[in-house]
Amino acid sequence: MAAVRVEAVLAAAEEQEAEKRRSITVEKELELEFDLGNLLALDRNPPPAAALRGAGPRREALLRALARDNTQLLGIRRRKKTSLVWDEKKKKKKRRWGYRRAGGDPARKKKKKKPAGADPEEDQFARLRREKRERVARNELNRLRNLARAHRAGSAVPAAPLHPTGHQDREELRRVARVARVSTASLGRFQPRLPKEPAEPPSRSGGKKRKKKKKKGNLAAERSRQLKLLQDMGSKKPVLDITRAVNKQMRQEEAEAAAHKGKKQSQRGKRGRRQQRPGRSGKKSGARRQQQKPAGGGTGG
Amino acid sequence: MRPLTEAETRAVFEKLGKYIGENIQLLVDRPDGTYCFRLHRDRVYYLSEKLLKLAASVPRDSLVAPGTCFGKFTKSQKFRLSITALDFLAPYAKYKVWVKPGSEQSFLYGNHVLKSGLGRITENTAQYQGVVVYSMADVPLGFGVAAKSTQECRKVDPLAIVVFHQADVGEYVRNEDTLT
Repeated sequence: MAAVRVEAVLAAAEEQEAEKRRSITVEKELELEFDLGNLLALDRNPPPAAALRGAGPRREALLRALARDNTQLLGIRRRKKTSLVWDEKKKKKKRRWGYRRAGGDPARKKKKKKPAGADPEEDQFARLRREKRERVARNELNRLRNLARAHRAGSAVPAAPLHPTGHQDREELRRVARVARVSTASLGRFQPRLPKEPAEPPSRSGGKKRKKKKKKGNLAAERSRQLKLLQDMGSKKPVLDITRAVNKQMRQEEAEAAAHKGKKQSQRGKRGRRQQRPGRSGKKSGARRQQQKPAGGGTGG
Repeated sequence: MRPLTEAETRAVFEKLGKYIGENIQLLVDRPDGTYCFRLHRDRVYYLSEKLLKLAASVPRDSLVAPGTCFGKFTKSQKFRLSITALDFLAPYAKYKVWVKPGSEQSFLYGNHVLKSGLGRITENTAQYQGVVVYSMADVPLGFGVAAKSTQECRKVDPLAIVVFHQADVGEYVRNEDTLT
């Protein structure tokens, strides 16, 4: 009796297992098209047309089964992340989270050689620990500063106190100093400057505002202004043209070399003269050399 | 749209001067009408007075391009000359480079000009001088900067770059969306 029951139970369990597995394996004639970005699956299999005709519970059930099958195919699978990952650099396995993920207390690391130029009396472990503490403290300070800055930027700051509070930053102090300077009877015009204060007061708009000029304005005046500017620019060009000097030197050298070669070639006779260098013919270069070089200008840039 | 400030005008004239020298005054001071430079959305435009008056009546957001764009000011306020200025630079160019028919296409695709593609070059071109590039049929193709002076060009080997490409008319097709 018990055996039969056990068998029955086992068979039932197996049946359940098979059922579960069946429920996640789906077979389709045509492969589905997946759009993973939108988590979309397109099923191009022809549906059983006969069963879909006519509204009713049978149609509903069929559609539901179809949807379930396709969802299985689109399913998100569980990828078990290992807790240990291989570190190529150190050739060891490191934890992805948890104990000693980031390395841990440097003082507990294995013995290191002294870095070059280190004080022989200094305790390396203590130095590492101290540096880490400093780094953490600096990081924390920066984080708090960032928070404060964000908080300040987010909320419109109510009028900052004009007396020194000890918790003001550079910008606030500058603002306060400017207000203090202007709050005299002559609105700060005859106020002597502090040793390190900038000479002229920086403009309130930070130098961004420009006088509005009329668009059309006076075109003739604009033209004359531009011509004058051109004149000024032209007159500033250097008189000694380095490139020209260099070119002249090079031409001289070439001429000398050509003369020397010419002597040799005339010794060789007709054959030598026929093998003259190309590009030396008088027509092109001669015509171009006729072009006047403008006085002092043209090659400064 | 606004006129250029002193500093901006200086930057533009310096750049133009590299290609056309003192002929800029022929652009500023024209016998056939008053022309001016205007800045619109960081781009410098060259337009006649008549066009200026018309463009002034267009709201700023709807205005695409008043006149011919000569170039634009980059974010760091450097002036960059664009190919649309070629029609005005080509007649006044001081230093010219002619390119052989074989390497015309290469230049129009945006490559530099090699010695093997160089047809002619104006005498006395200094190194890093702004030049206007022509085809052998005297059609302006674009502009560039001379990589070597004329003297050096004669000596250098055939695969060396002699003109750095800056702008070519092929950009009308390549960058048709961004040109104004």
